[in-house]
Amino acid sequence: MTDIGEYVLGEPVVDQKAPDGPIAERWSRRRFEAKLVNPANKRKLSVIVVGTGLAGGSAAATLGELGYRVKSFCYQDSPRRAHSIAAQGGINAAKNYRNDGDSVHRLFYDTVKGGDFRARESNVHRLAEVSVEIIDQCVAQGVPFAREYGGLLDTRSFGGAQVSRTFYARGQTGQQLLLGAYQALERQIAAGTIEMHDRHEMLELIVVDGRARGIVARDLVSGEIFTEYADAVVLASGGYGNVFFLSTNAKGCNVTATWRAHRKGALFANPCYTQIHPTCIPVSGDHQSKLTLMSESLRNDGRVWVPKEAGDSRAPGDIPEAERDYYLERIYPAFGNLVPRDIASRAAKNVCDEGRGVGPGGLGVYLDFSDAIDRLGRAAVEAKYGNLFEMYERITGENPYETPMRIYPAVHYTMGGLWVDYDLQSNLPGLFVIGEANFSDHGANRLGASALMQGLADGYFVLPNTIGDYLAAGPFETLTDAHPEVRKARESVTDRIERLLAVNGDRTVDSFHRELGHIMWEYCGMERSDEGLRKAIGLIRDLREEFWRRVKVPGTGAQFNQSLERAGRVADFFELAELMCVDALHRTESCGGHFRAESQTDDGEAKRDDEAFSYVAAWEYGGELPVLHREELNFEYVKPTQRSYK
Amino acid sequence: MRLNLRIWRQAGIAHKGEMVEYRVDDVSPDMSFLEMLDVLNERLTLAGEDPIAFDHDCREGICGMCSLTIDGEPHGPQRSTTTCQLHMRHYRDGDTITVEPWRAKAFPVVKDLVVDRSAFDDIIASGGYISAPTGSAPDAHATPVAKADADAAFENAACIGCGACVAACPNGSAMLFTAAKVVHLNALPQGQPERRDRVLNMVDTMDDAGFGGCTLTGECATACPKGIPLESISTLNREYLKASLKRA
Amino acid sequence: MALDTRTKRPAKTSRAVPAALWRSTIGKKVIMSITGLIMIGYLVAHMAGNIKVFSGEEKFNSYAHWLRTFGEPVLPYEGFLWLMRVLLLVAVVAHIVSAVQLTRRAVKDRPRSRTGKPRGGGYVTFTMRSGGVILFLFIIWHILDLTTLTVNERAEVGNPYGNLVATFDTWYGNVIYIAALLALGYHLKHGIWAAAQTLGVGTTTRNRVFRPAAVLVALVITVGFVAVPIGVMTGVVS
Repeated sequence: MTDIGEYVLGEPVVDQKAPDGPIAERWSRRRFEAKLVNPANKRKLSVIVVGTGLAGGSAAATLGELGYRVKSFCYQDSPRRAHSIAAQGGINAAKNYRNDGDSVHRLFYDTVKGGDFRARESNVHRLAEVSVEIIDQCVAQGVPFAREYGGLLDTRSFGGAQVSRTFYARGQTGQQLLLGAYQALERQIAAGTIEMHDRHEMLELIVVDGRARGIVARDLVSGEIFTEYADAVVLASGGYGNVFFLSTNAKGCNVTATWRAHRKGALFANPCYTQIHPTCIPVSGDHQSKLTLMSESLRNDGRVWVPKEAGDSRAPGDIPEAERDYYLERIYPAFGNLVPRDIASRAAKNVCDEGRGVGPGGLGVYLDFSDAIDRLGRAAVEAKYGNLFEMYERITGENPYETPMRIYPAVHYTMGGLWVDYDLQSNLPGLFVIGEANFSDHGANRLGASALMQGLADGYFVLPNTIGDYLAAGPFETLTDAHPEVRKARESVTDRIERLLAVNGDRTVDSFHRELGHIMWEYCGMERSDEGLRKAIGLIRDLREEFWRRVKVPGTGAQFNQSLERAGRVADFFELAELMCVDALHRTESCGGHFRAESQTDDGEAKRDDEAFSYVAAWEYGGELPVLHREELNFEYVKPTQRSYK
Repeated sequence: MRLNLRIWRQAGIAHKGEMVEYRVDDVSPDMSFLEMLDVLNERLTLAGEDPIAFDHDCREGICGMCSLTIDGEPHGPQRSTTTCQLHMRHYRDGDTITVEPWRAKAFPVVKDLVVDRSAFDDIIASGGYISAPTGSAPDAHATPVAKADADAAFENAACIGCGACVAACPNGSAMLFTAAKVVHLNALPQGQPERRDRVLNMVDTMDDAGFGGCTLTGECATACPKGIPLESISTLNREYLKASLKRA
Repeated sequence: MALDTRTKRPAKTSRAVPAALWRSTIGKKVIMSITGLIMIGYLVAHMAGNIKVFSGEEKFNSYAHWLRTFGEPVLPYEGFLWLMRVLLLVAVVAHIVSAVQLTRRAVKDRPRSRTGKPRGGGYVTFTMRSGGVILFLFIIWHILDLTTLTVNERAEVGNPYGNLVATFDTWYGNVIYIAALLALGYHLKHGIWAAAQTLGVGTTTRNRVFRPAAVLVALVITVGFVAVPIGVMTGVVS
């Protein structure tokens, strides 16, 4: 192992389960080669699923249908509330119902390319294959997708795709897909195959003899510490965008489940890959608690601009056409306002850095519909975007038909997550990770309408087929709370809660979280640099130290205590934040959602370095310094090219 | 601006609650209602008091977790808006605002403004689904769905399960919630095989959970942040009657 | 389970239609709707009969006599009347028992709001519930007054016209009658519309008709009934 200052270089990591041969046959080969569990034995095997979003909900329901005994956990009051529900746009599937040249191979190709060549080809191909079955499954469940007058499913083209492969349910696709999974889950609860634990938060992973065997959770209502055992543990706990404090994630989204598993030995892959969405409603003041995303479709008709002069404080209507800078149309004449998310986001940041931003704090750019209203008429614009305009007005109090919208980028999705093999199993045997919580399919950047696809692919079709290969060796030894490993895990949870409560300092949890978010947004946000990241690591360490010295958590652990819940989550965010900075620091190339100031072309575009960085960075928890394990990426079917949107 | 708040405080399920008065200064009109409570909670925490517990998650009006009765109205005075999307610009300096949890027999208070809505999950578990085990689905285009049916299904599927309908109802009835799911699934061809059992079982569960009967006051549809129409209740009744007459 | 407040579902009991209907809240509402419609039918006939009072004493009394002899000789004297009375009694009892059970269910253990303001929907439930109680008391008085003639001081068996005039010659007779009829109007205005919804015939388009139709029927019935005491008061009927 080599010590390289901020981290230690460890042995490479290899995906042992990845089949070879022609890419289109790999998934069926793996399914054939994986061991099966005798149907009669499934009843004797139990699986814990943490999280009830698209991935966790669909996995729990499907495992229940297969006959496993499932124990499902969520921190919300009902499994129906997981944050998948907030996804607006749609879900991709290579159905080619439009006969417009789409195919599994094209979806595969687009996803690998969109991920800036930092994803595994085998995984992405499987995702594209399974996408077709997802739509069938959801329609059978009664998900009310948009339909045409003939009664067939409607699709649209989304996120710059040249084929129309995105299925949608108005602006509420995530909600409808999640309710489908939730209903399937409730059906299995009624059937007795799933035991549901709502308002429970996983706080520790139990590992016995090298296998993930259970979790320690806290009953959020009574405060009781609760152990649950199983033959395998599935984490479907979502992404970690809330490390930035302000993000489009729900307030409760957190990294604790995956981070606790990471501390127990699971590798954390590509933590620095975060996706920033360009069209969010800007921050209105220090009280801001979250950011609201508005559908990207707004950029189809809205024109983005800022004043040409820095510090121009005139009202938008008073700025004459000649003094406006339609910067996306100027810099990217071919794609104009429809450039990919990361480019649009960075361009907005650049103009704001030049002092040309608009609105409170100068952190916003105009998204102007006046041309569209002139061209199409107000009624047509209303028909297309009415609900979005209403939402904007509800939040900002401004009428977008009269004054241009203000938008600003915000953290939206995290491509990184726990490292998993082709079977979605982490390096810890028995620990499976699915959905946004793993790192597997999106590479360095996720395409629009692909998150829902991946969550459901993992939960409905991939995990239920691969987990049997592991469970075939079970059931494993019966555990009780008296087992030394279990006792240790429980003690670590209670100790930590006691430590948090004992500080009794003079700063609130949120004040720390907000400050951490500022550091991350400033130095590990849209643009990262060597200097900034090193500074951030120092600041995070200082703040973390201060957190454990000055945080004030009122109340006790034996009650419903929302401050305590948040304190535990923020404590884990501190540790993750540092790893994100280390990962961003070590990756001196720019790729996808990771833009390094030092690695750009002469005209300011991201410059990838395939020679040095065509690998997955899988980090092992190392106490003092994290240990880097590289997984080489090979591209046999899609040859890496540099993106260009000029 | 300055606001006077009267907030329901209750330590737990078995405890008695009471209204407690608080004053919040420096409220910005751009704050959301929940952000205003965040500010109050920060202050309470630093003063060594117990912060106010309230349910919230996505804060963009879709998860259905937030659940405050504001001045007697579930989700507050603005139509088609969840609590988290209500902004303080609708209030004036010096206003007194009363904040309570959902008040319904079937939704016991867990703490302060947090209630237990698991009865809704039970209603769904008893029939609010289409049995389509993973892998068993035919091609998505095998069964076209008339656009009118698809639209009716969607309109009702928009329910976020927040429980405002129950809180608004003078009888604490869950008819609108149950109706939304029954109409969604029974409108679709995929939902036909389980059509009768679905409605019978869901209504049974609804009754067993302690919700009141419906007197069609229409308060539920007015309070619903997602605009589930009152007519859905009529459709639920029709489905229930038809199923009842056929089950003998 | 996070909480121990989930209601456990009891094993399904009776599956027979009437029993199952009687067990469920929707079923009870269906019973209320059907019995309500029966009573409305009766009210319309009753009102039409009452209007005959404007045709004079003789015609009104012979109409009252005809009611008693209707169906003879198949039916005995007053047979039809008794059939109607039994039917009405069953309807009234079923209507009231359902209403009381549903009200108790809604009101019992209901957590109270502390806003000081009445809860939304109070107006409708008030007109239905208190209106129902007022109507129940009125019916008892009405029977004692004009059927059994127990409380009608100047009553005379076999002269319904005279008895009617006697009642509406007193101030309290008019007050009780008109107040109850107003309560009836409000009760019907919501009740007719609600019955349409409960029986599942309300749709978005039809409800555009049902709402005003319910108001119209309520208005016609109320005005038709109130016309009689007003007629007596103004001397048109004497």
